[in-house]
Amino acid sequence: MMLEIKNLHASVEGTEILKGIDLKVNAGEVHAIMGPNGSGKSTLAHVLAGREEYKVTKGSVIYEGKDLLKMTPEDRAREGVFLAFQYPVEIPGVNSAYFLRTALNAVRQYNGLDDISAFEFLKLAREKMKLIDMDESFLKRSVNEGFSGGEKKRNEILQMAFLEPKLAILDETDSGLDIDALKIVAHGVNRLRNKNNAVIAVTHYQRLLNYIVPDYVHVLYKGRIVKSGGKELALELEEQGYDSIKNDVEKKS
Amino acid sequence: MSVNIKEKIWYLANFEVFEKKLNGGARTPLHQLRKAALQHVKKNGFPSIREEEWRFTNVSSIESTNFKPVDKKEQEEIDRNTLQEYLFEDLTPNRLVFVNGRFSSQLSSLSGLAKNIKFENLALELKNNPDVLLPYLAKQADYKKHAFIALNTAFLSEGTFIYIPNNIIVDAPLYILYISRDVGESFVTHPRNLYVVGSNTQVKIIENYVGFGEEKYFTNPVSEIILNENAIVDHYKIQQENKSAYHIAVTQVHQKKDSNYRSNSFSFGSVLARNDLNTVLDGEGAECTLNGLYMANGKQHVDNHTLIDHAKPHCNSHELYKGILDDRARAVFSGKIYVRPDAQKTDAIQSNQNMLLSDDAIVDTKPQLEIFADDVRCTHGGTVGQLDDEGVFYLRSRGISKQYARNIMVQAFAGQVTHKIKLEGLREKMEGLVFSRLRDGHLSDK
Repeated sequence: MMLEIKNLHASVEGTEILKGIDLKVNAGEVHAIMGPNGSGKSTLAHVLAGREEYKVTKGSVIYEGKDLLKMTPEDRAREGVFLAFQYPVEIPGVNSAYFLRTALNAVRQYNGLDDISAFEFLKLAREKMKLIDMDESFLKRSVNEGFSGGEKKRNEILQMAFLEPKLAILDETDSGLDIDALKIVAHGVNRLRNKNNAVIAVTHYQRLLNYIVPDYVHVLYKGRIVKSGGKELALELEEQGYDSIKNDVEKKS
Repeated sequence: MSVNIKEKIWYLANFEVFEKKLNGGARTPLHQLRKAALQHVKKNGFPSIREEEWRFTNVSSIESTNFKPVDKKEQEEIDRNTLQEYLFEDLTPNRLVFVNGRFSSQLSSLSGLAKNIKFENLALELKNNPDVLLPYLAKQADYKKHAFIALNTAFLSEGTFIYIPNNIIVDAPLYILYISRDVGESFVTHPRNLYVVGSNTQVKIIENYVGFGEEKYFTNPVSEIILNENAIVDHYKIQQENKSAYHIAVTQVHQKKDSNYRSNSFSFGSVLARNDLNTVLDGEGAECTLNGLYMANGKQHVDNHTLIDHAKPHCNSHELYKGILDDRARAVFSGKIYVRPDAQKTDAIQSNQNMLLSDDAIVDTKPQLEIFADDVRCTHGGTVGQLDDEGVFYLRSRGISKQYARNIMVQAFAGQVTHKIKLEGLREKMEGLVFSRLRDGHLSDK
């Protein structure tokens, strides 16, 4: 098993957001995590990436047989966990090529590989950028600075393409994208999929799942997974909205 | 104050020594100017923190330290290997080097400059060709307005004279290196620079103030820069004095029609540094760009005062100063933009941005617009912030270590100034200087 989350509780500034998450992900699988706003979807994504403002109060996360929660964010990335941010951060003054190469070399060094040369990097960059239809001039721009929403999301997938993670967590990568941009992003993700890696796609909308087809769909509500199913669950949610699930949960409690 | 009243104040004692060495020079009209400037200092003393322009910068320790003039014999040998990285031989073959205020012909190098261009020790020109420079000297920097201009003027002798006739493009930069090294006692130097740039002329000038050793000394430079019509000057001033040194500098610029003055000021060293940079846009279509970067840690104090005087219509000014402060360092930024009644269609942009890496660092930022024309566009802003944690996390989430991520974020903040350096080789040197100062997202001493 690649990832096993058990009874995970987490809070932000003293408020408990995750209230007992259980999730198992195997290599080769795509899991969609859906839910209404404020249900804890993004919190889960950030906890897995190691964001320090989110305090894990209970539970465990085992990734590839290791205790993920004990790792620094950089070590998680080096071990193959990748978070595509909902709101990618603008870093004025840091050139995208420099950023990508520094990140790639950090991961390579951790895994006992030599640094990539400038020449090899450029070759690789051209290949990866083609995948998500990005212009080469992008490499000279500061990281995310002045990028449109679509460019920022494509940039996340480009970074994913460089780092070739085992576990990719897409945090609302579809939100704010028009259909053309969504197709490009989804195409990029699909091209990177193989039997050795897995995807957790966190989304509010079913639309993304037309293009990145999930094996499992989980519904998160009030910090718990309240329903799991196959891809048909997403369609069901699309038709009925989250209200019926909310009502079920309220009735039980 | 700790000065013994019975003893002479150091600059008065120094002046007697200085005057004796002038020989025949003491009878010239220039010497009358020196004496008048000295009288001004004697009468008014140094500015106190009760004066608005010096409110945050206390110079009483300069007044109370017994700074000695430098004896010529003491500056002789200097190890060329230690010096090598400061000679910038990869950038330009044209350099003047001064050691403890004295011109060093062995360390200087002049090759390939056209004969009609002057790039010389000012003292030598004063002796040999005073008629060329006297019409310009001390015409811009008014000793009556500034105690440290007065002090410099009283001791006016060595420094750099640049004269470029009309219609010349000087390709290689003119590089001036002022080195200070320990001599066993506190000493003072008063470098005096005069750059006269002709019409339709283009030149790049680099001034670098470098301190070796650990002893206390005081560098008191004054630069006057005159841009004639359509002249373009790229001026780089790098201050990397040692961490015990005082550096109080004034640069006074006068710009004629369609001239373009671009300043890049880097302040890294000194326990107390003050840079006054004033430019008068005194002809239609004149433009200036003032970029600055200051980094301070420990107990360093760095003060940048700029004044842009929009005296004529259709002039543009752009100003960006950025500061990075750590430990108990303190920075002051005062940016005055003065728009005279005549100066319609003025376009002035000013920004001062500060990054604090500790809770104890302090910044006082004060933009001041004084606008007396009605058809103008002037904007200004000052910010004080911390290292962006979101950015650090973003970099870490891509496998970059926390320490390196923090360094990258600080470097990026500085990069918005260093990227503006047009001379590629110099840009790399400045980026290297910034990076060499970073340790785990904090500033360290090299």
